[in-house]
Amino acid sequence: MTHAWIMAGVTFREAARKKILWMALAAGVAFLLLFSLGLHFQMESFEDNHVRGFVRRQAVSGILMMGFYAIDSLVVVMTVLASVDTLSGEIASGAIQAIATKPVSRWEVLAGKWLGFSFMLSLYIALMVIGIDTLAHFLTGVAARHILRGFGLIWMESMLLLSVTFFFGTWFSTLTNGVLTLGLHGLAFLGGWLEQAGALTHTPKAVDVGIVASILMPSESLWRRAVFEMQSPLTTALNFSPFSGASVPSPLMIGYATLYVVLFFFLAIQRLEKRDL
Amino acid sequence: MGVVSSSIRDQEAETLQPEPLPTVPRTELAISARRLRKVFEDKIAVRGLTLDVRRGEVFGFLGPNGAGKSTSVKMLLDLVKPSSGDAEVLGRPIGDLQAKARIGFLPEHFRFYDWLTATELLRLHGRLYDIPPEALRHRVPTMLETVGLSPHSKKQLRHFSKGMLQRIGLAQSLINEPDLLFLDEPTSGLDPVGRRLVRDIIKSERERGATVFLNSHLLSEVEVTCDRVAFIKAGEVIEIRDMNSFAEGRNGIRARVTGISEDVLLGLHAFASSVLCDSELLTMNLNGPELAPRVLRYLVEHGVEVFEFTPVRLSLEDRFLEILGADHGL
Repeated sequence: MTHAWIMAGVTFREAARKKILWMALAAGVAFLLLFSLGLHFQMESFEDNHVRGFVRRQAVSGILMMGFYAIDSLVVVMTVLASVDTLSGEIASGAIQAIATKPVSRWEVLAGKWLGFSFMLSLYIALMVIGIDTLAHFLTGVAARHILRGFGLIWMESMLLLSVTFFFGTWFSTLTNGVLTLGLHGLAFLGGWLEQAGALTHTPKAVDVGIVASILMPSESLWRRAVFEMQSPLTTALNFSPFSGASVPSPLMIGYATLYVVLFFFLAIQRLEKRDL
Repeated sequence: MGVVSSSIRDQEAETLQPEPLPTVPRTELAISARRLRKVFEDKIAVRGLTLDVRRGEVFGFLGPNGAGKSTSVKMLLDLVKPSSGDAEVLGRPIGDLQAKARIGFLPEHFRFYDWLTATELLRLHGRLYDIPPEALRHRVPTMLETVGLSPHSKKQLRHFSKGMLQRIGLAQSLINEPDLLFLDEPTSGLDPVGRRLVRDIIKSERERGATVFLNSHLLSEVEVTCDRVAFIKAGEVIEIRDMNSFAEGRNGIRARVTGISEDVLLGLHAFASSVLCDSELLTMNLNGPELAPRVLRYLVEHGVEVFEFTPVRLSLEDRFLEILGADHGL
């Protein structure tokens, strides 16, 4: 396992040296500043228009959820783009040969890289999720209902995409890997909205289509559960937010998503162990 | 006149099966491969690699492009999984981590994380070999010195030339003071000074007692550095030669001639194991050194005009072409 930690350290340093980490953090900070500015002007507008405190809180809660949604999208893109090349690229260039011929198991190489990216993404997600919640609380007094649960679910979504990217990285080229992973997430995204729409319009078949999409790729389910955990039920009921609570992924689906992360992680290891380098 | 090659080449391919491997105690073998085979979908990359490499020798691995050399090396290093057959490296099955700890490997085109500096790269590889940090503090600068990269120790690999990358690759392959060193085209991208460096390193590794497995296109280099050499063709070892006896035993003729006919060429086979005539240049591998005057007489008596006639010792390159055929590019 020592070798896995060495690889994790190298992967993390790679992200820092290649400026992925710093650029992502800089973009994240810029996003948070922009969000704060928007929220500040919105609060000023509420003041000027004498909007009642109750309505104001629900509106801010809705805006906060949109902020979380933007963060979730950034996390998805960041996860896939940062890790898409790590295995397929090194296999294609032959760089992995210099490591694989050392007294290091292949699973340690993969686990180490996964840990390195996981650490980097955890930092990023923590900064963004905790950051936006703290700023909203500071500026408006409104915060997410269960911020840690929301953080955990967005983090899990990132780990799921990381495992899927690693798995495809052991099979395909960098480009194919990226297209497949983002394509699957797109499918889940579409399925999620179909499920919501189906639930709102009482169309069970549309709901079923959404559930099948979530089974194929449960990343979007994690986001929808995160909204459910972070958004006030009143905001949902009063439609102050675009995120409906009409069809909330069950704890069983969250358990399935967790299993999905583990499964793809081990499938990636199994594939890397067997393939030619 | 086009290329007229020896008609006995086909017969030779049949008769040049690898000699039965001498019985060497397994503990004295650095590599022992038996019928190692690799099939990629519908293509046979290695038909059945059988060879023994003794501990402490410098072993050359020669063959034309696509002969299966790199795949063979990769199988021995557990980078490519064999379709069948088995092998032991340093007395342990291929892929064994204890054996890997005592192996060094320089890939044909060394590529690594280009954001690392030369020192960081060697430290990383040292750590992967579980070399204690205090030992690395001494060994890393020594290795950089050995490969002539001391002035570039803090430079990132992205600023390295092809030759410098090959040098740092060589350094990482030596960082664990390996018992078995695989060098896959080590002089690729190196200038003459770099090639000399590789030769010196191979020599010092041999003196240290390490086994060196050298896969190279540069036959002159193999000739100078190797104790034994294996010729591989179409995924099989065709012949294994001891370089000492090879140097003693091969005699040839190089002649510049005109007016040589197909019949005369065929007649030359009575004196030689191979005959090659390309334009005016006639090259023969004689069955014995005493036959040279008789060949000259035969040519003159058959109306061939001889402008030059030189007995030569066959180089490894001649033997390479003789065994593998002149039609194979290197």
